[in-house]
Amino acid sequence: MAILSKKDSKLILDPLADNNPITIQVLGICSALAITAELKASIVMALSVVFVMGLGNVVISLLRNVIPSKIRIIVQLVVVAALVIVVDQVLKAYAYTLSKTLAVFVGLIITNCIIMGRFEAFALGNGVKRSFLDGIGNAAGYGIILIIVGFFRELLGSGTLLGYAVLGNPIEKTGLYAIGYENNGFMLLSPMALIVVGILIWVQRSRNPALIEEN
Amino acid sequence: MRDKRLTFKKRLHILKHHFRDKKMAPAFNAFHTFLFTPDETTHSGGHIRAADDLKRTMNTVIMALIPVLIFSMFNAGYQHYSAVNGFPENFSVWNDFITWDNFWIGIIKVLPLVVVSYGVGLLVEFIFAVIKGHEVEEGYLVTGMLVPLIVPIDTPLWMLAVAVVFGVVIGKEVFGGTGMNILNPALTIRAFLFFAYPTWMSGDKVWVYEGMERAGTPDAISGETILGYLAQNGGDQFSYTVSDMFFGFIPGSVGETSAFLILLGGLFLIFSKIASWRIMVSAVAGALAMGLIFNGVVDAGWITETSKFYGLMSFDFWKHLIVGGLAFGIVYMATDPVTGSQTNRGKWIYGFLIGFISVMIRVFNPAYPEGVFLAILLMNVFAPTIDHYVVRGNVRRRLKRFKNAVILPKDTEEKEAALKVETL
Repeated sequence: MAILSKKDSKLILDPLADNNPITIQVLGICSALAITAELKASIVMALSVVFVMGLGNVVISLLRNVIPSKIRIIVQLVVVAALVIVVDQVLKAYAYTLSKTLAVFVGLIITNCIIMGRFEAFALGNGVKRSFLDGIGNAAGYGIILIIVGFFRELLGSGTLLGYAVLGNPIEKTGLYAIGYENNGFMLLSPMALIVVGILIWVQRSRNPALIEEN
Repeated sequence: MRDKRLTFKKRLHILKHHFRDKKMAPAFNAFHTFLFTPDETTHSGGHIRAADDLKRTMNTVIMALIPVLIFSMFNAGYQHYSAVNGFPENFSVWNDFITWDNFWIGIIKVLPLVVVSYGVGLLVEFIFAVIKGHEVEEGYLVTGMLVPLIVPIDTPLWMLAVAVVFGVVIGKEVFGGTGMNILNPALTIRAFLFFAYPTWMSGDKVWVYEGMERAGTPDAISGETILGYLAQNGGDQFSYTVSDMFFGFIPGSVGETSAFLILLGGLFLIFSKIASWRIMVSAVAGALAMGLIFNGVVDAGWITETSKFYGLMSFDFWKHLIVGGLAFGIVYMATDPVTGSQTNRGKWIYGFLIGFISVMIRVFNPAYPEGVFLAILLMNVFAPTIDHYVVRGNVRRRLKRFKNAVILPKDTEEKEAALKVETL
């Protein structure tokens, strides 16, 4: 990458895999379990978090020398709340059914531990550009897990992807359903999302043993 | 000359040395020790000699399950033909139940379930043993036999295979294999099937052979479980007598119907000291207690016949023991030594709550009038907590006893010595 120095590109690439906020730091699990039953909702959620986190990190980084440290949490909340409301209103205006599906979870981006964590740990102590890259990177790391989980849950749970019936029609018994295949209803329940995330963590750690903590 | 020829056992012993330190060694050793005692003995350290190793324990449970399995094969046919032709008048066990026709349905329907359960489950075990380089563990021997007995007869084989893979990997291997699992693997498999494919696990079609296949056609047949009937309609106007329920001539999961054979199996397990009688007795007590409470609620007139819980609540409390999977669950699943409570006092609490919660879920779960597997899984999770508090309670009681015992010392020196011991 010519535009970004090696150090900067690490800010984006690290959270995608070896320092993933979900699978390595195990943060932001609640929303990952709640809204991943459909791939579309996962993608929208991922994009919303990328937006909120990228801009939020920039704002906090700009204000980092002005914010009194005693009230910094309140300031961070105000910033993230403002951004979340923007996302929420845009969704309500342009994708109403989707915002119904996501329901309260868009609002709950405010409480997403990853966002507050990055504000506290990174944006308060780094420049605007680096903070922006860090925000985008972490949000993308969060989003990519959401999309993987959403992909498997929608495919195996409903037999569709983004709403398209890729495995055939379960009622008319076409495609895979003709030979007796059935959708796995367990995939649509939140416990299975936890198990899918668990399997992702398992796969990632067995591919890269350096990630396994010492006891 | 006979002694010149190598016996099969000798050949295996020799072959074993070829496999030593190879990747497939665990797979080979598993077959080897399944058939014969290994030819090596331990050389160092103190060891307890006991006749009942893990394989023997597992085999004893399987022996207790064989009568249930054979009965279930006859029952599979009996339920099928009863659903097609109507229940025989003047039912006689020898003419209507133990027939070749009935058994044939069992062979084509129940045996494949057993084969798939063992085949897939052992394959997963072998793969994990080879990857992780440990010996194949015996844990699946019993699970593999339990699984086909606790699913509805019409369960498609591929569903069972998927569930077995899930149950063995997520229920057992991720925790470290046999002996480390928190949840009973057989029940994990059952729970997976229940949540993943609810239409195949409940209703009135899946309990008889061909029920699902014929659904919606003029030849449709159904065989509702007694609990399903009670949850839907209320009252007890069904055609099954108490002796039908006790001996098991009723629809239900493959092997759960015959309370009589399960009782015999339970007694066998108690006398061979494989299963805990404390868990069984307390679970029965728990179920009866909850049943009595519900009967009391009905007798007191607190709910009317229009209530959707009336049918199950007014069901005689002792009949809960002979319908559904409660008896099977109590005898073969709740007593699992790995996932159950380990302490004697803990076993009483653990068992009682299993019975109690089972009947509670039966009555209050509108979607599925059976709760044994959920109750046992729930208590599996709580078993370590129960044990923890039982052990803590014992420690506290002994400390108290000790304190009372050392009040007497006269001079300060003795007192100090006693206090020193106490603080250790």
